[in-house]
Amino acid sequence: MQDAWIIDGVPVTNRLFLGTGKFGSAALTARVLGAAGTQVTTVALRRVEPGSGGEDLLSALPEGCRVMINTSGARDGEEALRIARLARAAGAGTWIKVEVIPDQRHLLPDNLETLRVTETLVKEGFVVFPYMSPDLAMGRRMAEAGAAAVMPLGAPIGSNRGLRTRELVEIMVREIQAPIVVDAGLGSPSAACECMELGCAAVLVNTAVAVAPDPETLAVAFARAVEAGRLAFRAGLPPVREAEASSPLTGFLGTP
Amino acid sequence: MAGLAEHLEAARARAWPEPAPGRVEQVLARGAGTEEDLRVLLSPAAAPHLEAMARAAQALTLRHFGRTIQLYAPLYVSDACENTCLYCGYSARNPVPRRTLGLDEVEREAEALAATGIRHVLLLSGESAAACPESHLAAAVRRMAPRFRSIGLEVQPLGEEGYRTLLEAGADALTVYQETYDPALYAKVHPSGPKRDFPFRLETPERGARAGLRQVNLGALLGLGDWRREALCLALHARWLQDRHPALEVGVSLPRLRPHAGGSRPPAPVGDRELVQILTALRLFLPRLGIAVSTRESAALRDNLVGLGVTKMSAGVSARVGGYAEPGAEVPQFEISDPRSVAEIQAMLRARGYDPVMADWPFPPGDSALADAAVRGS
Repeated sequence: MQDAWIIDGVPVTNRLFLGTGKFGSAALTARVLGAAGTQVTTVALRRVEPGSGGEDLLSALPEGCRVMINTSGARDGEEALRIARLARAAGAGTWIKVEVIPDQRHLLPDNLETLRVTETLVKEGFVVFPYMSPDLAMGRRMAEAGAAAVMPLGAPIGSNRGLRTRELVEIMVREIQAPIVVDAGLGSPSAACECMELGCAAVLVNTAVAVAPDPETLAVAFARAVEAGRLAFRAGLPPVREAEASSPLTGFLGTP
Repeated sequence: MAGLAEHLEAARARAWPEPAPGRVEQVLARGAGTEEDLRVLLSPAAAPHLEAMARAAQALTLRHFGRTIQLYAPLYVSDACENTCLYCGYSARNPVPRRTLGLDEVEREAEALAATGIRHVLLLSGESAAACPESHLAAAVRRMAPRFRSIGLEVQPLGEEGYRTLLEAGADALTVYQETYDPALYAKVHPSGPKRDFPFRLETPERGARAGLRQVNLGALLGLGDWRREALCLALHARWLQDRHPALEVGVSLPRLRPHAGGSRPPAPVGDRELVQILTALRLFLPRLGIAVSTRESAALRDNLVGLGVTKMSAGVSARVGGYAEPGAEVPQFEISDPRSVAEIQAMLRARGYDPVMADWPFPPGDSALADAAVRGS
């Protein structure tokens, strides 16, 4: 049974998106993406510089892996727009993860600027994935603006703390008319599985895998957890049994 | 909020009692959030816990920066200097020939440096507004910008307006070392020249930040005075800037005093163990802090510091005016202890499982017109 998320006409069945920012080499990144069967990966345009003796990640990516360029490094909307436009002009495609971060200490995003960038880029024909602090009203606006998905954080970037924003993400999944992708903070496959059980369309993971002692195996574990969580969501989880009242609340009505 | 100078002077003057038994372990377990925690990590009581500090620093650095080290190199535009810093080879008292590169020479240097793969460059000069004025620096930056992704300035401290001019020309970062946070010691080692103005220098990173530079790098020259208090003030200075400018990338360098053309020995030498204690304490106190280690340090030490909290390294460095296009020319500012090429440093990092990051910004720096040209030209 094929369970594809069609993004911009592309069927995506592997719902573990992997980031590439923190790996020790491009070759390792490519091996990890390959091992996990990754179909969507994010790449920071600021790190792409062929000809400098650094590694050329874009050409090292495995066959069939779609690149979502992220605007990391942008402190405001203007910089994010410029990065997105350069990515398209450079032939890196039109899928953009909008990341606007005016806070170097916690790396938490600026939702308002992110919304503005989303609106502009959608009008310019980009496929836009805004990374945001979970907020229902903002998420709705981003969806209305035409975002391909809304990407709330699970916990601060790099924290590996798991789905700390569960209550808010759950509401967003229920209420927003666009796919929800939890991005950032997921430190374990169980946390990724939890997101998928809630009905998220995908998760995006980088730090946990990139700095693991065995990134390839951990990426596979994440991929399986994501698949399991997705299956569970589709199957429908049984209701959690609540404690029963000791005496019937409607006993006073008598037997019908 | 009290001024920066008062804030740091109060911290420097405060008593530094021996931490209570168990405090070091407690800070390591809970994280170092306060000035008091930082003092614990810089205290003699923390020295026996260096391995635990290193492990914690490594874990934090991995989380925040991954397995990456950014590479950069300086480009010396002028060694003319009006200061007489007692520890520096560029001191105006040293009877060595001085030179300021013309713009074509700057361009040749930039070309030679860019050919090595370097994309993050630090434009460096002595401090002489007469020999190398702001206008010349701006023109040099404009010539360099198309070849690089980041241009930092390590030149005479300027006013906010000056930094704005250089930002428009293409500079995006500023490095300025306070050298020492002890005003009396500062006056002693800077006997004459514009650098004598302690508060003006101290406020320099703030002026750069207000002008809109993306990044500032601070430093204390280790070996001049009490390293614990210097490291404390350095960290508090960094945090003060972070508090006021959340979008600003704040970094530090930990230069140790080296022998130079003037010939003196460090008055208060800092050993390798102490250097590692400072480095790891800073990382634990400021998890997102950029930390650079230059070629003043030996290849062996630099290799071992990778993974302990360092995020940036210089590579393929010439500390001479004109040193990339004409190797062997002019007197260096300091003796380089790690002469390895960019390719050799890249290979060393890869062998250690680290990715040498050459570019960390997608456009030529500064001027948005250049960025727009990059969009059109791609």
